[in-house]
Amino acid sequence: MLEAASPLLEAGDISKAYPGVQALQKVSLRIMPGELLAVVGENGAGKSTLMKIIAGVERPDSGTLQWKGSPLSISGVQAAEKLGIVLIHQELNLACNLDLAASLFLGREKTWGGPLRLLRQDIYPEAEVLLKRVGLTLSPRTLVGSLSVGQQQLVEIARALALESRLLIMDEPTSSLTETETRTLYDVIAALKSQGVSIMYISHRLKEVEYLADRAVVLRDGRNSGELQRDQINPDALVKLMVGRELKERHRSTTVTSVLKPVLVARNIRWEASQPKEGISLTIHAGEIVGMAGLVGAGRTELAEVLFGIRPKLDGEVTLGGRSFQPRSPRHAIKGGIFLVPEDRRHQGLLLADSVRDNISLATLNLRQFLGIINRQEEKTLAREKVEQLRIRTPSISQTVGLLSGGNQQKAVLAKGLVKTPKVLILDEPTRGVDVGAKAEIYSIMQELANQGVAILMISSDLEEVLGVSDRVIVLHESRWAGELSGNELGEEAVMHLATGRTHPGRKAS
Amino acid sequence: MKKLLGLGMFLALLYAALLLADPSARTVRNHINLAKLIGHFGILCLAVTPVIITGGIDLSIGAVVGFCATTLAILLNDYHWNPHLAVATVLIMGAGIGILNGLLITKLGLQPFVVTLCGLFIYRGLSRWIADDKIKGLGGTDAFDWYKAVFHDGDLFGIPKFFVIFLVLAGGLAVILHLSVYGRYWLAIGANEQTAHYSGIRVDRYKILAYVFCSLLCAIFSVLYLTEYNSAAPSEAGNFFELYAIAGAVLGGVSLRGGEGNVLGVMMGTMILWILPNFTRMWGISDKLQYTVIGVALLIGAIVDEMLRQRQKIGAFLLAILRIVR
Repeated sequence: MLEAASPLLEAGDISKAYPGVQALQKVSLRIMPGELLAVVGENGAGKSTLMKIIAGVERPDSGTLQWKGSPLSISGVQAAEKLGIVLIHQELNLACNLDLAASLFLGREKTWGGPLRLLRQDIYPEAEVLLKRVGLTLSPRTLVGSLSVGQQQLVEIARALALESRLLIMDEPTSSLTETETRTLYDVIAALKSQGVSIMYISHRLKEVEYLADRAVVLRDGRNSGELQRDQINPDALVKLMVGRELKERHRSTTVTSVLKPVLVARNIRWEASQPKEGISLTIHAGEIVGMAGLVGAGRTELAEVLFGIRPKLDGEVTLGGRSFQPRSPRHAIKGGIFLVPEDRRHQGLLLADSVRDNISLATLNLRQFLGIINRQEEKTLAREKVEQLRIRTPSISQTVGLLSGGNQQKAVLAKGLVKTPKVLILDEPTRGVDVGAKAEIYSIMQELANQGVAILMISSDLEEVLGVSDRVIVLHESRWAGELSGNELGEEAVMHLATGRTHPGRKAS
Repeated sequence: MKKLLGLGMFLALLYAALLLADPSARTVRNHINLAKLIGHFGILCLAVTPVIITGGIDLSIGAVVGFCATTLAILLNDYHWNPHLAVATVLIMGAGIGILNGLLITKLGLQPFVVTLCGLFIYRGLSRWIADDKIKGLGGTDAFDWYKAVFHDGDLFGIPKFFVIFLVLAGGLAVILHLSVYGRYWLAIGANEQTAHYSGIRVDRYKILAYVFCSLLCAIFSVLYLTEYNSAAPSEAGNFFELYAIAGAVLGGVSLRGGEGNVLGVMMGTMILWILPNFTRMWGISDKLQYTVIGVALLIGAIVDEMLRQRQKIGAFLLAILRIVR
């Protein structure tokens, strides 16, 4: 639309690396005054990193930022907010024990002659006006903690309005909003645009992007993948740009699963009251690798937690090796032969300050003891064996596990689960933050285990990985069953269609 | 390991300084007194160690000691119970208190600090109530003489019996903590409860066990307390003991963050704690400053520990001090 005007913000060749990952590589974009620019990409495409750099949370390794045509170096969130760049986080940052007015003015309290003399009364009328602008008819004296997540999100946006922002960055703002709240948000966005405020909008919901965006920039693997103008934006075109890469190799040749024995059968599993009655069902056969795809928050981890006995299920049935099995606790699941390699290895998988040996033996100590006394010799032998088998690169088994690289840490968690070979191995994002070499090794370990008859369920947000490693792929969308793909149906576009909630791949969404 | 070495060196230095500076500290008599004190209070330091290792705390130790000692004295003197039965009752009572603490903390998810702080008030109040706030002595009975003869009177190869008991209990805890599955689970829970849970460890059960261990040792301590003092004052017996216990454990390198602790360290921490007051006497500092000396020692220990943890801070800290001095 505003072609003639000069850009409000221009980012050129932004690069940023984290240990083990190149998050952004020479990404460029510009945003005009009063424009809504959608930033679209798969999980891990670099959207959030880019937003953080623009909002001053992170610093780029290289590249330039220009604000209204002059070079810009943002040194922190405060500086960015002073310019009028405000990031509204996916997770809420409100202090729950404050009332609405206080949280709207947090950090910019009006004072009269020193910080001790807060002008408390002045902020309430102003707060009320701000809340009205985002469609909240609540008293400004309401405590933040008593609001729904959606309402809190709207308060965050009201806070951004109070900062008189020029550029609002919204990261998945509708992910926790109800229909009505979403509509209110759309109205607020329209009003902001008419006031000349620019908006950068990150979303997984392609229909929403089609509805809202003036322009869409697509990122893939940390690079610019393409740009679409208003009339070019539709879910098909977006998906094509999001995934449009060639598969380098199939990591696995498909085995015939029909002759294999089902090991884990889950029927109509539900863990939230809001899920549809039929819940989620899945079967994993011995020697099979089943991939589970979906966007962040699609309920994949939750399902794994239900199967592993961490999250209580509402209803549904599980059979393990032909027998009914009600997972009560991780201990119970491990005893039954299920092991979960959790998503967050630093907080759920490892004792970071302890040795490789202690970590590997932790889940199976009760098998290696006499009258409660640990058989240390056996423990050591076993740890050495696993270190060798999984090719964990560590100077010794007494090395502190937290000092190993991400890939080797991940292998240590895996080793813990393999001391006693499980019947079912669930891997949640097994290669997140893992370097390429270790990735390939983890794949080959999975392959070996499958060949030994272990049933493997792999949750992954890396489409290439899901397609390359799995025999079959199950896709979830918003805690619902979205579909299953196998054989010739497997393809990045097909998975993305299901994962973004478009049940008929290939047909254009209305 | 480095921590233990540092502690050992500090203890040796402290001890050497004491012997060099104060001739009266060199006597056998002083050593016996010291050993008795360390042995007696050391039991409480051992008691609280597993609790702290799992990331918890027990503030009810002193009150539980008082409650158990008062109860025991009443059962023996007023009700003329068989002493073994009375002691068994008190031990069961201790274990029961531990179970209650553990259940409240794990099943209801209350904070250990809050639960045991409430325990401190509850058990102190109960002991004053059952004794009608009167000192309960063993004057009217010789039923406890067997316990006194076995656990208190005389010595073993010149070593006070309390110290021997302390060594035995420390050895037992060392085996549990460093060689057995239980200790490994306690350490794992304290280091990262979620990882422990994901590894199939019954976190709740082992946490409860730690509190039971603690309160049971308090009950054992109260039996020894009665052999030593022959009476229990319901409003005073055990006052402040939880703080001595925690101080000894922390001085011995048990981290209040959980997941870290060593029995040898706790033993040395206890010794440091009870050698320190000798210096106040030696330097002619008022006895009234004893608590202050212990507090300052603990603070220095905490600072040194933190500095070892983050070496780069040492430089900054020293610079800051230099700036202030200048």
